[in-house]
Amino acid sequence: MKDQEHRGIPTTTPRQSATFSQDVNSDIRRAAATGIYDIRGGGAKRRVPNFDDLLFMGASISRYPLEGYREKCETKVTLGTRFAKNPIELDIPITIAGMSFGALSGPAKEALGRGANAAGTSTTTGDGGMTPEERGHSSKLVYQYLPSRYGMNPDDLRKADAIEIVVGQGAKPGGGGMLLGQKISDRVAEMRNLPKGIDQRSSCRHPDWTGPDDLEIKILELREITNWRVPIYVKIAGARPYFDTTLAIKAGADVVVLDGMQGGTAATQDVFIEHVGQPTLACIRPAVQALQDMGMHREVQLVVSGGIRSGADVAKALALGADAVAIGTAALIALGDNDPRWEAEYNKLGTTAGAYDDWHEGRDPAGITTQDPELMARFDPIEGGRRLKNYLKVMTLEAQTIARACGKNHMHNLEPEDMVALTMEAAAMAQVPLAGTNWYPGKGGF
Amino acid sequence: MQTIDLEANGLRALNEQLHAQAADTNQTAWEIVNARGSHAIAVGLDAPIEVTVKGSTGYYCGGMNKQATINVHGSAGPGVGENMMSGTIVVDGDASQYAGATGHGGLLVIKGNASSRCGISMKGIDIVVHGNIGHMSAFMAQSGNLVVLGDAGDALGDSCYEARLFVRGKVKSLGADCEEKEMRPEHIEILKDLLERAGADAKPEEFTRYGSARNLYNFDVDNASAY
Repeated sequence: MKDQEHRGIPTTTPRQSATFSQDVNSDIRRAAATGIYDIRGGGAKRRVPNFDDLLFMGASISRYPLEGYREKCETKVTLGTRFAKNPIELDIPITIAGMSFGALSGPAKEALGRGANAAGTSTTTGDGGMTPEERGHSSKLVYQYLPSRYGMNPDDLRKADAIEIVVGQGAKPGGGGMLLGQKISDRVAEMRNLPKGIDQRSSCRHPDWTGPDDLEIKILELREITNWRVPIYVKIAGARPYFDTTLAIKAGADVVVLDGMQGGTAATQDVFIEHVGQPTLACIRPAVQALQDMGMHREVQLVVSGGIRSGADVAKALALGADAVAIGTAALIALGDNDPRWEAEYNKLGTTAGAYDDWHEGRDPAGITTQDPELMARFDPIEGGRRLKNYLKVMTLEAQTIARACGKNHMHNLEPEDMVALTMEAAAMAQVPLAGTNWYPGKGGF
Repeated sequence: MQTIDLEANGLRALNEQLHAQAADTNQTAWEIVNARGSHAIAVGLDAPIEVTVKGSTGYYCGGMNKQATINVHGSAGPGVGENMMSGTIVVDGDASQYAGATGHGGLLVIKGNASSRCGISMKGIDIVVHGNIGHMSAFMAQSGNLVVLGDAGDALGDSCYEARLFVRGKVKSLGADCEEKEMRPEHIEILKDLLERAGADAKPEEFTRYGSARNLYNFDVDNASAY
């Protein structure tokens, strides 16, 4: 360059390739050095059309708002009204998504229970079974029924307030799981009937049923074992939401849990997380359409998860037809995950606060996604529970604020008609008009 | 002996009655007639009772069983004894796929043949099959014992962990990371006990033991072709 300047030739600014960006190049170098794909936790990090691309219009002359500090806006939701003797009644339409003991520490699971209790909502177990701590600290606990069946037993099944048959997960539709050996403590190993220190694979398919006809019989079996007492959820990934929701309803689900690609996982291949599945926003309307086509909207409840962060996201998911939402990653952040207070330690791990996603390695400075006793001791479950409660309350207040502004006295009265989209993509996915128009792609055949 | 006509009373009434039996119940003998291949018969039992099912059963007979002894006087559909914790299930005829899937304990005896994926993901259960078993049996089997007096199909014990697999006949092929193992005295003792409890006429010395080579326990890129 100096030579060019010397000769009076103008220099060009160094230009990074959009195709071979620094991120991409680092992936290539890492693959070349290790010979193995990258495994990480969390959900899709790429930007996809999401709830930020929608806006509520609020009320004006043609719509009548409710007074924010005086008029009631109900947030209660009941899940499992179709067949269960004891549906789950929640004070707020925000639940805690399934996360395993193993992936999370015992105190972190306890904090989720404490926070959810205080906010009047439910928590969910994960792959690895139910611990006495989480049952004890969660007044409403959903027990996941996963392909691995780690820790599955009829006693815990009967202790559950609901059963969630996990068919898919938004971060990895069609994929199983992996808990690497370094996170397998004696207790985790015992709960999963496997030796300590080995990688514990979770299969992608259930071992004793395939297809919707079998699922119907599996649901019958679980209902018989639990005497038709508790609701049975079916959790699907955002893959083919119309057909999967239809089949879950046909199989007898009380509740469909729909998890989009922003939904987190404890550990999966990065390529899987970023390239398989659909954005949460794209999944809701097809699922609601399936419920409506089957005459089951509101009779079979829809819980949406994957990238829910705020009361605005809650309100938008409900306006699109969901009955409730579930949060996972956001709940961990509320507990203290990826907090800048641990920045120096994140740096030592080669990352930074906000970007830490090697949850599977068990070295979480915040002491949440680990089984290391020293790291776990950094986390206070009582304080964590208080923080989660606060966060859930704020989300609820935010969602109520929006609902009142739209003139709704119940969160479930929000509707697609209350919203517009900022982008063509969001308009198409949410089937609400592009802002400033009365049209969305697909409407009227265009 | 309590007799329940399943066709007349329905599945819900049947399981409700069986679930109502306490550990010290006097009604220890139950007979179910007109099973007619119904699903979810006698699931979730948790009492030391003996249930005899007259006829063949559909899916998941005896699922998640604890303590009870269940005799099926016929053949069993998919998932018989799935996730059972304890007790005994004896099937006089054949069993369809996934027999004893994910079972944590107890004894499952199939006097005929068992189809594919017998003992898939087993977690401590003992399974004795008097006849043959189908392909992919003991896939990801974690612990417990699978005893087969006849032959085994393709990919036996694929990706298995610490389960012990004993086969008297031929094995069509072994799955990934499954290998033939030495039969030590303690294995002869285990087999002797299981064969006796399962009413099987065979000598432990006639069997070959298979189990995990433990090469896939921790991911290694050099083993990627094994998956």
